[in-house]
Amino acid sequence: MDYLLNVLFSIVFDGVAYGMILFIISVGLSITMGLMGFVNLAHGAFAMAGGYVAVTLMNQAGVPFALALIAAFLAVAAFSVAFERILYARLYGAGELDQVLLTIGLVFMSIAAATYIWGPSAQPITLPAVLTGRIDLGIREVPVYRLFMIVAGAVIMVALWLGFERTRFGAQIRAAVDNRRMTQSLGINVDRLFTVTFAVGSGLAAVGGGLGVEIWGLDPDYPIEHLIIFLIVVAVGGLGSIKGAFVAALLLGVIDNAGKYLLPEFGSFFIYVTMIAVLLLRPAGLFGRS
Amino acid sequence: MSATILEVRDLHKRFGGLSVARGIGFDLAAGARNALIGPNGAGKTTFVNLITGALKPDAGQVLLDGVDVTHISQAGRVKRGIVRTFQITSIFKGLTVLENVCMAVQEHQGLAAAIWRPFGSNRAVIEEAMDLLSGLGLTDHALGVAQELSYGRQHLLDIAIALALKPKVLLLDEPAAGVPSAEYDILLNVIGDLPKDIAVLIIEHDMDLVFRFAERITVLVDGTVFAEGTPDEIATHDGVRSVYLGGEAHG
Amino acid sequence: MSAPTSSAAAVALLAGRHRWRPLEALPWILAVAAFFLFPEYRVLGSQVLIMIGFALSLDLILGYAGIVSLGHAAFFGTGAYTAGLLVNAGWTEPISGLVIAALTAAAIGLISGWVILRTHGLTLLMLTLATTVILQEIANEKDEFTGGSDGLLFTVDPLFGQFAFDLEGNVAYLYALAVVAILFYVTRRIVNSSFGFSLTGIRENTARMHTVGMPVHRRLVTVYVISAAMAGVAGALLSQTTEIAALNSLSFERSGAVLIMLVLGGAGRLYGAFVGAAVYMILEDRLATIDPVYWLFWIGLVLVLVVLFARRGLFGVLSDAVAKAGWRA
Repeated sequence: MDYLLNVLFSIVFDGVAYGMILFIISVGLSITMGLMGFVNLAHGAFAMAGGYVAVTLMNQAGVPFALALIAAFLAVAAFSVAFERILYARLYGAGELDQVLLTIGLVFMSIAAATYIWGPSAQPITLPAVLTGRIDLGIREVPVYRLFMIVAGAVIMVALWLGFERTRFGAQIRAAVDNRRMTQSLGINVDRLFTVTFAVGSGLAAVGGGLGVEIWGLDPDYPIEHLIIFLIVVAVGGLGSIKGAFVAALLLGVIDNAGKYLLPEFGSFFIYVTMIAVLLLRPAGLFGRS
Repeated sequence: MSATILEVRDLHKRFGGLSVARGIGFDLAAGARNALIGPNGAGKTTFVNLITGALKPDAGQVLLDGVDVTHISQAGRVKRGIVRTFQITSIFKGLTVLENVCMAVQEHQGLAAAIWRPFGSNRAVIEEAMDLLSGLGLTDHALGVAQELSYGRQHLLDIAIALALKPKVLLLDEPAAGVPSAEYDILLNVIGDLPKDIAVLIIEHDMDLVFRFAERITVLVDGTVFAEGTPDEIATHDGVRSVYLGGEAHG
Repeated sequence: MSAPTSSAAAVALLAGRHRWRPLEALPWILAVAAFFLFPEYRVLGSQVLIMIGFALSLDLILGYAGIVSLGHAAFFGTGAYTAGLLVNAGWTEPISGLVIAALTAAAIGLISGWVILRTHGLTLLMLTLATTVILQEIANEKDEFTGGSDGLLFTVDPLFGQFAFDLEGNVAYLYALAVVAILFYVTRRIVNSSFGFSLTGIRENTARMHTVGMPVHRRLVTVYVISAAMAGVAGALLSQTTEIAALNSLSFERSGAVLIMLVLGGAGRLYGAFVGAAVYMILEDRLATIDPVYWLFWIGLVLVLVVLFARRGLFGVLSDAVAKAGWRA
């Protein structure tokens, strides 16, 4: 019985930790897709960029982990603004297919660029000593880093939630997700709203990418490898919903982990089944609006 | 006394906490020329959607020619003769004007499932579409892309598509909305010339159009029928005046 | 906008749109010529032809009905594996193998299409993706039947009992050419039929099609099933001629590749599939052997440029140029 509880705890704990990273990366995608209706398949490339920036700063310049993550956030956020203004903004009215194709093209280019700059193998990362090893929580012993991921994810979730629900900026975003035309007619500059939101979302993806290197690894295939899971989180959670992204990410993280632990031959089968079930019952996702 | 072609009984519809249809009862006689007016938010669009099947009511019935169609899909109701046009024109922008009407004609004639014979071999379909277009003065634009039509002509195209479906009941949703004054008269003539056997219900804010065209007017306020009668009765109805006609007409 | 001199002329124009034009013989002349002119490239040539067939099947649903799918490889791969599983079960005749592969892929198309074509937008996109990934996971897991990541090795009988598939690709090329020619003929007829015409209505304005009385869901499922069958034939062609059914025939990457090929060439024109598949496959063959990273970068860039500047694809650009030249002459 004790063994079963241990297994269950590990599955849930690891699943939640994994889910937190998924959340941090995917929340930006959910908000931007809900806000602008733009299918951005290149979102994973921003996460990857964050990972590479953080790792390069740490390995080549000895920058501490926390600073490296902040630098990754800022660098990728700034970079994404250029992208959004120069490329994405041209396709806001275009059909979904155009957006899919443009962003797939960008993904290919980013993979090629990453391979060219950093080579095809996985990047090594050395975590600060305080985040390594195990810690005793009283009931159980858990890996420190996983605990850190959960805490980081929770903190970011709370910060986003407060920002979304309590600030005027957040209210404007919510209004624009709900009804863009009406929000524009109220005099709110939706384009600027979107650029800022896109930058924050991409920056968060960068942070998530950096945080995830320890468990997922980092190689140039990252954007395609993880694209599907990010999209699944967004689709299951519902577009434009922080709460949706959070719930979906944790749910899928635990389910995927459980599946891989209990029935490893099936691979990621269970998250696809979950997605299909959710989308058929609620096509707009758990917390999306139809 | 004409037969009743469309009957709406006690329709109710809520969206969350908002009640948009509160027991609407309504009759349309065959060959009628009716108008539906009411202030913004009265529930006119919802009412049209409930008749066409775009929305399912929470309670109540819609009957066409005595047959209950409340649980029949939009497409099913179109096949039985309930057809509408759209306030914001909904045409096939990338196709030519002629193709737009052909789309409706072939669907109405049940030819659209034919998967092997070339579309072009159905000359009758194409010729009928062309006839409909010439009836609306759109012959010269037949091979142009629908997107390039002027806004007023897009409304006419919308009507052509609707007529191609041989409606028994035709719901015109704000046909004059956004139509520039230069094309307004053409539109009025077209509406005036609609086949006499079709029952027509116009939803409009434009009072000129309403009073010129309608034989009976229904006033919808807050999801219920507020008043109903001939144009004279409505024009002199005190309640309607204060609720709606007191201010300037919209559109 | 050019107004016709009479409405009769307008009718005649629309009624004659399906007639064969002389220029349509060109791709087939080129395909036969290539067989003789480039004998060392017959294997590549047969794969180009197969991809053309696959891209045509995607054009039916994407270019004409407007269904954006990231999972069309589900049917391609089903066809590929069906062809192999048949042989391993004792059924070794290739042409009937194609037919059975088509039917199997059609069945998968019917089941998945019926369910997912009720949705649209991102939801539909994700469900098409899920279809192919789930099938790939199943193929990977049931490796006692499918060979798992090693793939399913098999050999079909010689065609008509006479022509065995050879290493130079001679039989493969002509086999693929004949089958794709048939696929093309069928696609062209469907696209030019009343049914095909009604699909463009769905693409242009789905909501309106409901309000002109079309049973939209049924129409979409029908074209989806036909498209799945065709993709299945293409997949079976590939596995029969290469003697292996591999997991990548079911992959998201394969779905993405055929989507890129079609858009590169131009969707909704049929001949875009020819141009796009040929250009993509030949470029990939040349560039990926030099350096796969190089290839990936350039195809990504081409894709971005096509979306931004040449939305109707290479065939669109070509036919515009021809039209302009025609006017001047």
